[in-house]
Amino acid sequence: MVVSLVRGEGRPVGVLALQGDFREHVELIRRLGAAPVEVRLPSELARVQGLVIPGGESTTMSILLETSGLLEPLRARLAAGMPVFGTCAGMILLATEILDGRPDQHHFGVIDISVRRNGFGRQRESFEDDLQVSGLGSALHAVFIRAPVVERAGPGVEVLAQLDGQPVLCRQGPCLVSTFHPELAGDPRLHELFLKNISHPYSQSSLTQRKENVRAF
Amino acid sequence: MTSNHEQRRTGTDMVKRGLATQLRGGVIMDVVTPDHAKIAEDAGAVAVMALERVPADIRRDGGVARMSDPALIEAIKAAVSIPVMAKARIGHFAEARVLEALGVDYIDESEVLTPADDEHHIDKWPFTVPFVCGANNLGEALRRISEGAAMIRSKGEAGTGDVKEAVRHLRQILGDVRKLTQADAAEIYGWAKQLRAPVELVKEVAEVGELPVPLFCAGGIATPADAALVMELGAQAVFVGSGIFKSSDPPRFARAIVEATTHFRDSQIVAKVSRGLGEAMRGQEAGAVDIRLSERGW
Repeated sequence: MVVSLVRGEGRPVGVLALQGDFREHVELIRRLGAAPVEVRLPSELARVQGLVIPGGESTTMSILLETSGLLEPLRARLAAGMPVFGTCAGMILLATEILDGRPDQHHFGVIDISVRRNGFGRQRESFEDDLQVSGLGSALHAVFIRAPVVERAGPGVEVLAQLDGQPVLCRQGPCLVSTFHPELAGDPRLHELFLKNISHPYSQSSLTQRKENVRAF
Repeated sequence: MTSNHEQRRTGTDMVKRGLATQLRGGVIMDVVTPDHAKIAEDAGAVAVMALERVPADIRRDGGVARMSDPALIEAIKAAVSIPVMAKARIGHFAEARVLEALGVDYIDESEVLTPADDEHHIDKWPFTVPFVCGANNLGEALRRISEGAAMIRSKGEAGTGDVKEAVRHLRQILGDVRKLTQADAAEIYGWAKQLRAPVELVKEVAEVGELPVPLFCAGGIATPADAALVMELGAQAVFVGSGIFKSSDPPRFARAIVEATTHFRDSQIVAKVSRGLGEAMRGQEAGAVDIRLSERGW
Protein backbone atom coordinates (compact mmCIF):
# COMPACT_ATOMS: atom_id res chain seq x y z
CA MET A 1 0.00 0.00 0.00
CA VAL A 2 2.56 2.56 1.16
CA VAL A 3 5.23 1.20 -1.16
CA SER A 4 3.97 3.10 -4.17
CA LEU A 5 4.24 6.40 -2.32
CA VAL A 6 7.97 6.14 -1.97
CA ARG A 7 9.90 7.27 -4.98
CA GLY A 8 13.24 6.15 -3.61
CA GLU A 9 12.36 2.52 -4.18
CA GLY A 10 15.32 0.16 -4.19
CA ARG A 11 17.81 2.86 -3.15
CA PRO A 12 20.25 1.86 -0.42
CA VAL A 13 19.31 3.66 2.79
CA GLY A 14 21.70 3.26 5.69
CA VAL A 15 20.85 2.53 9.30
CA LEU A 16 23.70 3.13 11.72
CA ALA A 17 24.05 -0.31 13.34
CA LEU A 18 26.73 0.23 15.97
CA GLN A 19 24.28 -0.21 18.84
CA GLY A 20 20.61 0.33 19.67
CA ASP A 21 17.30 -0.47 18.02
CA PHE A 22 18.56 -0.42 14.42
CA ARG A 23 16.66 -3.63 13.61
CA GLU A 24 13.28 -1.87 13.97
CA HIS A 25 14.41 0.90 11.59
CA VAL A 26 15.69 -1.67 9.08
CA GLU A 27 12.32 -3.45 9.13
CA LEU A 28 10.33 -0.23 8.61
CA ILE A 29 12.54 0.88 5.71
CA ARG A 30 12.17 -2.54 4.09
CA ARG A 31 8.38 -2.38 4.51
CA LEU A 32 8.41 0.94 2.65
CA GLY A 33 10.14 -0.65 -0.33
CA ALA A 34 13.59 0.91 0.05
CA ALA A 35 16.76 -1.14 0.53
CA PRO A 36 18.14 -0.88 4.09
CA VAL A 37 21.90 -1.26 4.66
CA GLU A 38 23.33 -1.75 8.15
CA VAL A 39 26.23 0.68 8.56
CA ARG A 40 29.11 -0.26 10.87
CA LEU A 41 32.09 0.65 8.66
CA PRO A 42 33.11 3.52 6.32
CA SER A 43 32.75 1.24 3.26
CA GLU A 44 29.09 0.68 4.13
CA LEU A 45 28.48 4.39 4.70
CA ALA A 46 29.87 5.14 1.24
CA ARG A 47 27.10 3.07 -0.39
CA VAL A 48 24.09 4.77 1.16
CA GLN A 49 22.11 7.80 0.07
CA GLY A 50 20.66 8.67 3.45
CA LEU A 51 21.15 7.51 7.02
CA VAL A 52 19.00 6.73 10.04
CA ILE A 53 20.68 7.09 13.42
CA PRO A 54 18.66 4.90 15.78
CA GLY A 55 17.80 5.00 19.44
CA GLY A 56 20.32 3.53 21.87
CA GLU A 57 22.93 5.04 24.16
CA SER A 58 24.45 8.16 22.61
CA THR A 59 27.63 7.87 24.71
CA THR A 60 28.19 4.31 23.43
CA MET A 61 27.51 5.28 19.83
CA SER A 62 29.86 8.24 20.12
CA ILE A 63 32.72 5.94 21.19
CA LEU A 64 31.94 3.34 18.52
CA LEU A 65 31.75 6.02 15.79
CA GLU A 66 35.33 6.88 16.66
CA THR A 67 36.70 3.34 16.94
CA SER A 68 34.93 2.24 13.74
CA GLY A 69 36.50 5.08 11.76
CA LEU A 70 33.04 6.42 10.88
CA LEU A 71 33.27 9.77 12.63
CA GLU A 72 35.03 11.84 9.96
CA PRO A 73 33.44 10.19 6.87
CA LEU A 74 30.00 10.68 8.44
CA ARG A 75 30.78 14.29 9.32
CA ALA A 76 31.78 14.89 5.70
CA ARG A 77 28.63 13.24 4.29
CA LEU A 78 26.42 15.26 6.63
CA ALA A 79 28.23 18.47 5.67
CA ALA A 80 27.56 17.59 2.02
CA GLY A 81 23.83 17.48 2.76
CA MET A 82 23.11 13.75 3.09
CA PRO A 83 19.52 13.28 4.37
CA VAL A 84 19.51 11.98 7.93
CA PHE A 85 16.85 10.91 10.43
CA GLY A 86 17.81 10.64 14.11
CA THR A 87 15.58 9.19 16.83
CA CYS A 88 16.33 9.75 20.54
CA ALA A 89 20.09 9.02 20.80
CA GLY A 90 20.28 9.79 17.07
CA MET A 91 18.81 13.22 17.71
CA ILE A 92 21.40 13.88 20.42
CA LEU A 93 24.23 13.03 18.01
CA LEU A 94 22.84 15.42 15.35
CA ALA A 95 22.23 18.42 17.65
CA THR A 96 24.37 21.54 17.81
CA GLU A 97 24.43 21.48 21.62
CA ILE A 98 24.17 18.68 24.20
CA LEU A 99 23.28 19.70 27.75
CA ASP A 100 24.21 17.23 30.52
CA GLY A 101 26.25 15.16 28.11
CA ARG A 102 29.77 13.90 28.57
CA PRO A 103 32.33 16.57 27.64
CA ASP A 104 34.06 14.16 25.24
CA GLN A 105 30.83 13.12 23.50
CA HIS A 106 30.88 13.63 19.71
CA HIS A 107 28.01 15.35 17.95
CA PHE A 108 27.52 16.61 14.42
CA GLY A 109 25.67 19.90 14.81
CA VAL A 110 23.51 19.58 11.70
CA ILE A 111 20.30 20.76 13.39
CA ASP A 112 20.28 23.93 15.47
CA ILE A 113 18.83 22.61 18.72
CA SER A 114 19.99 22.30 22.34
CA VAL A 115 19.14 18.90 23.77
CA ARG A 116 19.13 17.76 27.39
CA ARG A 117 19.84 14.03 27.72
CA ASN A 118 17.21 12.08 29.69
CA GLY A 119 15.35 15.37 30.13
CA PHE A 120 12.07 13.53 30.71
CA GLY A 121 13.64 11.56 33.58
CA ARG A 122 14.61 7.96 34.26
CA GLN A 123 12.97 4.77 33.02
CA ARG A 124 10.04 4.92 35.46
CA GLU A 125 9.10 8.24 33.80
CA SER A 126 9.23 6.74 30.26
CA PHE A 127 5.82 6.80 28.56
CA GLU A 128 3.62 6.39 25.48
CA ASP A 129 1.35 9.10 24.10
CA ASP A 130 -0.40 10.20 20.90
CA LEU A 131 0.96 13.20 19.03
CA GLN A 132 -0.46 15.57 16.46
CA VAL A 133 2.16 16.05 13.76
CA SER A 134 1.89 18.92 11.23
CA GLY A 135 0.97 17.55 7.85
CA LEU A 136 0.32 13.96 8.97
CA GLY A 137 -3.44 13.93 9.54
CA SER A 138 -4.34 11.34 12.19
CA ALA A 139 -2.40 11.14 15.46
CA LEU A 140 0.97 9.42 15.64
CA HIS A 141 1.58 7.01 18.51
CA ALA A 142 4.89 7.86 20.14
CA VAL A 143 7.06 5.99 22.67
CA PHE A 144 9.40 8.06 24.84
CA ILE A 145 12.19 6.05 26.55
CA ARG A 146 14.44 8.04 28.92
CA ALA A 147 13.84 10.66 26.27
CA PRO A 148 15.88 13.81 25.66
CA VAL A 149 14.24 17.25 25.84
CA VAL A 150 14.75 19.94 23.21
CA GLU A 151 15.35 23.05 25.32
CA ARG A 152 16.03 25.38 22.41
CA ALA A 153 15.22 25.26 18.71
CA GLY A 154 17.00 27.81 16.49
CA PRO A 155 15.18 30.09 14.01
CA GLY A 156 15.93 27.79 11.05
CA VAL A 157 14.30 24.78 12.74
CA GLU A 158 10.79 23.68 11.85
CA VAL A 159 8.93 22.20 14.83
CA LEU A 160 6.62 19.48 13.48
CA ALA A 161 5.23 18.25 16.82
CA GLN A 162 5.25 19.36 20.44
CA LEU A 163 4.44 17.87 23.80
CA ASP A 164 3.73 20.18 26.75
CA GLY A 165 4.96 23.08 24.63
CA GLN A 166 8.33 21.46 23.99
CA PRO A 167 9.44 20.37 20.51
CA VAL A 168 9.56 16.57 20.06
CA LEU A 169 9.84 16.36 16.25
CA CYS A 170 12.00 18.86 14.34
CA ARG A 171 13.37 19.37 10.85
CA GLN A 172 16.06 21.54 9.39
CA GLY A 173 16.78 21.01 5.70
CA PRO A 174 17.65 17.35 5.11
CA CYS A 175 17.80 16.56 8.85
CA LEU A 176 14.78 15.14 10.69
CA VAL A 177 14.93 14.34 14.42
CA SER A 178 12.56 13.02 17.09
CA THR A 179 12.92 12.70 20.86
CA PHE A 180 10.68 9.59 20.68
CA HIS A 181 10.87 6.23 18.89
CA PRO A 182 8.62 5.94 15.83
CA GLU A 183 10.44 2.67 15.10
CA LEU A 184 9.02 1.04 18.26
CA ALA A 185 5.36 1.86 17.62
CA GLY A 186 5.74 0.68 14.02
CA ASP A 187 3.90 3.58 12.32
CA PRO A 188 5.90 4.12 9.08
CA ARG A 189 4.78 7.67 8.30
CA LEU A 190 7.88 9.47 9.58
CA HIS A 191 10.17 7.05 7.76
CA GLU A 192 8.11 7.72 4.66
CA LEU A 193 8.68 11.45 5.14
CA PHE A 194 12.41 10.78 5.46
CA LEU A 195 12.56 8.56 2.37
CA LYS A 196 10.75 11.20 0.31
CA ASN A 197 13.50 13.58 1.36
CA ILE A 198 16.07 11.18 -0.12
CA SER A 199 14.31 10.84 -3.43
CA HIS A 200 13.85 14.59 -3.83
CA PRO A 201 16.37 15.72 -6.47
CA TYR A 202 17.27 18.98 -4.71
CA SER A 203 17.98 17.41 -1.36
CA GLN A 204 21.29 16.01 -2.58
CA SER A 205 23.88 18.67 -3.01
CA SER A 206 26.89 16.41 -3.03
CA LEU A 207 28.49 15.82 -6.41
CA THR A 208 29.84 12.40 -5.52
CA GLN A 209 26.34 11.43 -4.54
CA ARG A 210 25.11 12.36 -7.98
CA LYS A 211 27.90 10.38 -9.60
CA GLU A 212 26.80 7.35 -7.61
CA ASN A 213 23.26 7.84 -8.88
CA VAL A 214 24.50 8.05 -12.46
CA ARG A 215 26.50 4.84 -12.06
CA ALA A 216 23.48 3.08 -10.58
CA PHE A 217 21.68 3.55 -13.88
CA MET B 1 -0.07 20.07 18.38
CA THR B 2 -0.39 19.53 22.09
CA SER B 3 -1.26 16.34 23.86
CA ASN B 4 -3.89 15.20 26.25
CA HIS B 5 -2.27 14.28 29.56
CA GLU B 6 -4.69 11.46 30.20
CA GLN B 7 -3.25 9.56 27.25
CA ARG B 8 0.24 9.52 28.71
CA ARG B 9 0.93 6.00 29.96
CA THR B 10 3.97 4.88 31.94
CA GLY B 11 5.08 1.32 32.69
CA THR B 12 3.39 -0.28 29.68
CA ASP B 13 4.78 -3.39 27.98
CA MET B 14 6.06 -1.29 25.10
CA VAL B 15 7.78 1.17 27.42
CA LYS B 16 9.34 -1.62 29.50
CA ARG B 17 10.49 -3.74 26.56
CA GLY B 18 11.42 -0.53 24.71
CA LEU B 19 14.35 0.19 27.02
CA ALA B 20 15.71 -3.35 26.51
CA THR B 21 15.45 -2.73 22.76
CA GLN B 22 17.60 0.41 23.15
CA LEU B 23 20.32 -1.66 24.85
CA ARG B 24 20.67 -4.11 21.94
CA GLY B 25 24.12 -4.61 20.54
CA GLY B 26 25.58 -3.28 23.76
CA VAL B 27 27.40 -4.42 26.89
CA ILE B 28 25.96 -4.15 30.40
CA MET B 29 28.74 -4.19 32.97
CA ASP B 30 28.72 -5.18 36.65
CA VAL B 31 30.20 -2.40 38.80
CA VAL B 32 30.77 -2.24 42.55
CA THR B 33 31.89 1.39 42.99
CA PRO B 34 31.15 4.76 41.34
CA ASP B 35 34.71 4.67 39.92
CA HIS B 36 34.02 1.32 38.25
CA ALA B 37 30.81 2.77 36.86
CA LYS B 38 32.77 5.64 35.30
CA ILE B 39 35.28 3.23 33.78
CA ALA B 40 32.38 1.26 32.31
CA GLU B 41 30.72 4.37 30.86
CA ASP B 42 34.07 5.63 29.47
CA ALA B 43 34.52 2.28 27.72
CA GLY B 44 31.09 2.47 26.06
CA ALA B 45 28.87 0.35 28.31
CA VAL B 46 25.15 0.81 27.49
CA ALA B 47 24.21 0.31 31.15
CA VAL B 48 25.74 -0.70 34.46
CA MET B 49 24.59 -3.22 37.06
CA ALA B 50 25.20 -1.74 40.50
CA LEU B 51 26.11 -4.34 43.11
CA GLU B 52 28.28 -4.79 46.20
CA ARG B 53 30.28 -7.74 44.97
CA VAL B 54 30.78 -9.22 41.50
CA PRO B 55 29.57 -12.85 41.20
CA ALA B 56 33.12 -14.26 41.45
CA ASP B 57 33.47 -12.60 44.89
CA ILE B 58 29.99 -13.72 45.98
CA ARG B 59 31.15 -17.28 45.23
CA ARG B 60 34.40 -16.77 47.11
CA ASP B 61 32.84 -15.13 50.18
CA GLY B 62 29.78 -17.36 50.56
CA GLY B 63 27.05 -16.30 53.00
CA VAL B 64 23.71 -14.80 52.02
CA ALA B 65 23.87 -12.42 49.05
CA ARG B 66 21.23 -9.65 49.17
CA MET B 67 20.18 -6.45 47.43
CA SER B 68 22.92 -3.78 47.50
CA ASP B 69 22.99 -0.87 49.94
CA PRO B 70 20.78 1.95 48.56
CA ALA B 71 23.60 4.41 49.28
CA LEU B 72 25.86 2.51 46.86
CA ILE B 73 23.16 2.38 44.19
CA GLU B 74 22.54 6.11 44.57
CA ALA B 75 26.25 6.91 44.36
CA ILE B 76 26.54 4.86 41.17
CA LYS B 77 23.43 6.54 39.71
CA ALA B 78 24.99 9.92 40.42
CA ALA B 79 28.28 8.93 38.78
CA VAL B 80 26.98 8.02 35.30
CA SER B 81 24.40 9.15 32.73
CA ILE B 82 23.68 5.68 31.28
CA PRO B 83 20.91 3.41 32.69
CA VAL B 84 21.59 1.80 36.07
CA MET B 85 20.29 -1.67 36.91
CA ALA B 86 20.30 -3.42 40.28
CA LYS B 87 19.59 -6.92 41.55
CA ALA B 88 16.81 -8.17 43.81
CA ARG B 89 16.62 -11.70 45.22
CA ILE B 90 14.30 -14.16 43.45
CA GLY B 91 10.81 -13.71 44.92
CA HIS B 92 11.83 -10.75 47.11
CA PHE B 93 9.23 -8.19 46.03
CA ALA B 94 10.06 -5.90 48.96
CA GLU B 95 13.65 -5.52 47.71
CA ALA B 96 12.24 -4.87 44.24
CA ARG B 97 9.99 -2.12 45.62
CA VAL B 98 12.99 -0.50 47.28
CA LEU B 99 14.89 -0.58 43.98
CA GLU B 100 11.91 0.93 42.17
CA ALA B 101 11.69 3.69 44.79
CA LEU B 102 15.40 4.40 44.25
CA GLY B 103 14.69 5.02 40.56
CA VAL B 104 16.84 2.25 39.08
CA ASP B 105 16.13 1.76 35.38
CA TYR B 106 15.91 -2.06 35.36
CA ILE B 107 15.60 -4.65 38.13
CA ASP B 108 17.41 -7.96 37.71
CA GLU B 109 15.55 -10.68 39.65
CA SER B 110 18.75 -12.62 39.91
CA GLU B 111 19.89 -16.12 40.78
CA VAL B 112 23.28 -14.62 41.66
CA LEU B 113 21.73 -13.45 44.94
CA THR B 114 20.39 -15.97 47.47
CA PRO B 115 16.74 -16.73 46.60
CA ALA B 116 14.10 -15.43 49.03
CA ASP B 117 11.33 -17.77 47.82
CA ASP B 118 11.91 -21.32 46.63
CA GLU B 119 8.61 -21.57 44.76
CA HIS B 120 7.57 -18.15 43.47
CA HIS B 121 9.18 -15.42 41.46
CA ILE B 122 8.10 -11.78 41.84
CA ASP B 123 4.79 -10.80 40.21
CA LYS B 124 6.38 -8.19 37.98
CA TRP B 125 3.27 -6.76 36.31
CA PRO B 126 2.33 -4.21 39.03
CA PHE B 127 5.74 -2.50 38.80
CA THR B 128 6.44 0.57 36.64
CA VAL B 129 10.12 -0.31 36.40
CA PRO B 130 10.96 -3.17 34.01
CA PHE B 131 12.50 -6.50 35.08
CA VAL B 132 15.09 -8.77 33.53
CA CYS B 133 15.18 -12.43 34.60
CA GLY B 134 17.53 -15.32 33.90
CA ALA B 135 16.57 -18.51 32.07
CA ASN B 136 18.28 -21.79 31.20
CA ASN B 137 15.71 -22.91 28.67
CA LEU B 138 12.67 -21.77 26.74
CA GLY B 139 10.13 -22.93 29.34
CA GLU B 140 11.82 -20.94 32.09
CA ALA B 141 12.05 -17.88 29.80
CA LEU B 142 8.33 -18.03 29.00
CA ARG B 143 7.37 -18.52 32.67
CA ARG B 144 9.33 -15.37 33.53
CA ILE B 145 7.69 -13.45 30.66
CA SER B 146 4.26 -14.64 31.87
CA GLU B 147 5.12 -13.09 35.26
CA GLY B 148 5.97 -9.79 33.56
CA ALA B 149 9.70 -9.91 32.72
CA ALA B 150 10.51 -7.40 29.95
CA MET B 151 13.90 -8.88 29.09
CA ILE B 152 15.38 -12.38 29.36
CA ARG B 153 19.05 -13.14 29.84
CA SER B 154 20.39 -16.63 29.43
CA LYS B 155 21.92 -17.45 32.83
CA GLY B 156 25.21 -19.11 32.08
CA GLU B 157 27.23 -19.80 35.23
CA ALA B 158 27.95 -16.40 36.79
CA GLY B 159 31.35 -15.69 38.33
CA THR B 160 33.19 -18.54 36.59
CA GLY B 161 34.59 -16.83 33.47
CA ASP B 162 33.68 -20.10 31.70
CA VAL B 163 31.44 -19.40 28.70
CA LYS B 164 30.29 -23.02 28.26
CA GLU B 165 27.06 -22.73 30.28
CA ALA B 166 26.15 -19.44 28.57
CA VAL B 167 26.48 -21.20 25.24
CA ARG B 168 24.46 -24.18 26.43
CA HIS B 169 21.59 -22.03 27.75
CA LEU B 170 21.46 -19.84 24.65
CA ARG B 171 21.43 -22.90 22.41
CA GLN B 172 18.68 -24.48 24.53
CA ILE B 173 16.47 -21.40 24.31
CA LEU B 174 17.06 -20.62 20.64
CA GLY B 175 17.12 -24.26 19.53
CA ASP B 176 13.68 -24.81 21.02
CA VAL B 177 12.41 -21.57 19.43
CA ARG B 178 13.54 -22.88 16.04
CA LYS B 179 11.85 -26.25 16.63
CA LEU B 180 8.67 -24.57 17.84
CA THR B 181 8.29 -22.67 14.57
CA GLN B 182 7.93 -26.07 12.85
CA ALA B 183 5.19 -27.33 15.19
CA ASP B 184 1.63 -27.76 13.91
CA ALA B 185 -1.44 -26.52 15.84
CA ALA B 186 -1.91 -29.74 17.84
CA GLU B 187 1.76 -29.97 18.74
CA ILE B 188 1.69 -26.46 20.25
CA TYR B 189 -0.34 -27.84 23.18
CA GLY B 190 2.21 -30.62 23.71
CA TRP B 191 4.97 -28.03 23.68
CA ALA B 192 3.13 -25.90 26.25
CA LYS B 193 2.87 -28.91 28.59
CA GLN B 194 6.46 -29.91 28.06
CA LEU B 195 7.72 -26.35 28.56
CA ARG B 196 5.35 -25.73 31.52
CA ALA B 197 4.49 -22.39 29.91
CA PRO B 198 1.23 -20.61 28.96
CA VAL B 199 -0.06 -21.81 25.60
CA GLU B 200 -0.68 -18.24 24.34
CA LEU B 201 2.99 -17.41 24.77
CA VAL B 202 4.04 -20.68 23.14
CA LYS B 203 1.80 -19.86 20.16
CA GLU B 204 3.26 -16.38 19.91
CA VAL B 205 6.82 -17.70 19.83
CA ALA B 206 5.82 -20.30 17.21
CA GLU B 207 4.34 -17.59 15.00
CA VAL B 208 6.97 -14.88 15.41
CA GLY B 209 10.03 -17.14 15.68
CA GLU B 210 11.53 -15.34 18.63
CA LEU B 211 10.82 -14.44 22.25
CA PRO B 212 8.33 -11.58 22.72
CA VAL B 213 11.03 -9.69 24.69
CA PRO B 214 14.73 -9.10 23.92
CA LEU B 215 17.08 -12.01 24.72
CA PHE B 216 20.47 -11.07 26.15
CA CYS B 217 23.29 -13.34 27.36
CA ALA B 218 25.01 -13.47 30.77
CA GLY B 219 27.19 -15.69 32.92
CA GLY B 220 30.80 -16.47 32.03
CA ILE B 221 31.71 -13.98 29.29
CA ALA B 222 35.34 -13.01 29.86
CA THR B 223 36.89 -12.06 26.49
CA PRO B 224 36.01 -10.16 23.28
CA ALA B 225 35.81 -13.49 21.44
CA ASP B 226 33.36 -14.81 24.07
CA ALA B 227 31.12 -11.81 23.36
CA ALA B 228 31.38 -12.38 19.60
CA LEU B 229 30.53 -16.07 20.10
CA VAL B 230 27.29 -15.48 22.00
CA MET B 231 26.24 -12.63 19.70
CA GLU B 232 26.72 -14.91 16.69
CA LEU B 233 24.65 -17.59 18.44
CA GLY B 234 21.75 -15.13 18.67
CA ALA B 235 22.15 -13.07 21.85
CA GLN B 236 21.05 -9.47 21.28
CA ALA B 237 23.42 -7.97 23.87
CA VAL B 238 25.73 -9.18 26.63
CA PHE B 239 26.06 -8.83 30.38
CA VAL B 240 29.63 -8.98 31.63
CA GLY B 241 29.97 -9.47 35.36
CA SER B 242 33.29 -10.52 36.81
CA GLY B 243 34.95 -10.66 33.37
CA ILE B 244 35.94 -6.99 33.27
CA PHE B 245 36.98 -6.04 36.78
CA LYS B 246 38.69 -9.40 37.43
CA SER B 247 40.87 -8.98 34.33
CA SER B 248 44.39 -7.51 34.39
CA ASP B 249 43.35 -4.28 32.60
CA PRO B 250 39.64 -3.46 33.15
CA PRO B 251 39.40 -0.28 30.97
CA ARG B 252 40.98 -2.07 27.99
CA PHE B 253 38.98 -5.26 28.46
CA ALA B 254 35.80 -3.23 28.74
CA ARG B 255 36.48 -1.27 25.54
CA ALA B 256 37.54 -4.43 23.66
CA ILE B 257 34.38 -6.31 24.66
CA VAL B 258 32.24 -3.34 23.60
CA GLU B 259 33.88 -3.27 20.15
CA ALA B 260 33.66 -7.05 19.71
CA THR B 261 29.95 -7.00 20.60
CA THR B 262 29.22 -4.43 17.86
CA HIS B 263 31.47 -6.00 15.23
CA PHE B 264 30.91 -9.65 16.20
CA ARG B 265 30.74 -10.79 12.57
CA ASP B 266 33.97 -9.02 11.62
CA SER B 267 36.80 -11.35 12.70
CA GLN B 268 39.46 -8.78 11.75
CA ILE B 269 38.08 -6.34 14.31
CA VAL B 270 37.64 -9.02 17.00
CA ALA B 271 41.27 -10.04 16.35
CA LYS B 272 42.47 -6.43 16.53
CA VAL B 273 40.78 -5.68 19.86
CA SER B 274 41.93 -9.01 21.36
CA ARG B 275 45.62 -8.39 20.59
CA GLY B 276 47.88 -7.83 23.60
CA LEU B 277 44.95 -7.38 25.91
CA GLY B 278 46.59 -8.90 28.99
CA GLU B 279 45.23 -11.59 31.23
CA ALA B 280 41.52 -12.40 31.27
CA MET B 281 39.92 -13.27 34.61
CA ARG B 282 41.40 -16.53 35.83
CA GLY B 283 38.02 -18.08 36.55
CA GLN B 284 37.12 -21.68 37.19
CA GLU B 285 35.54 -24.39 35.11
CA ALA B 286 31.75 -24.16 35.36
CA GLY B 287 31.49 -27.92 36.02
CA ALA B 288 33.80 -27.67 39.04
CA VAL B 289 31.95 -25.09 41.13
CA ASP B 290 30.39 -25.94 44.50
CA ILE B 291 27.20 -23.93 44.00
CA ARG B 292 25.53 -23.88 40.61
CA LEU B 293 23.79 -20.49 40.58
CA SER B 294 22.08 -21.34 37.29
CA GLU B 295 20.01 -24.03 39.03
CA ARG B 296 18.25 -21.36 41.10
CA GLY B 297 14.91 -20.26 39.62
CA TRP B 298 11.78 -22.29 39.00
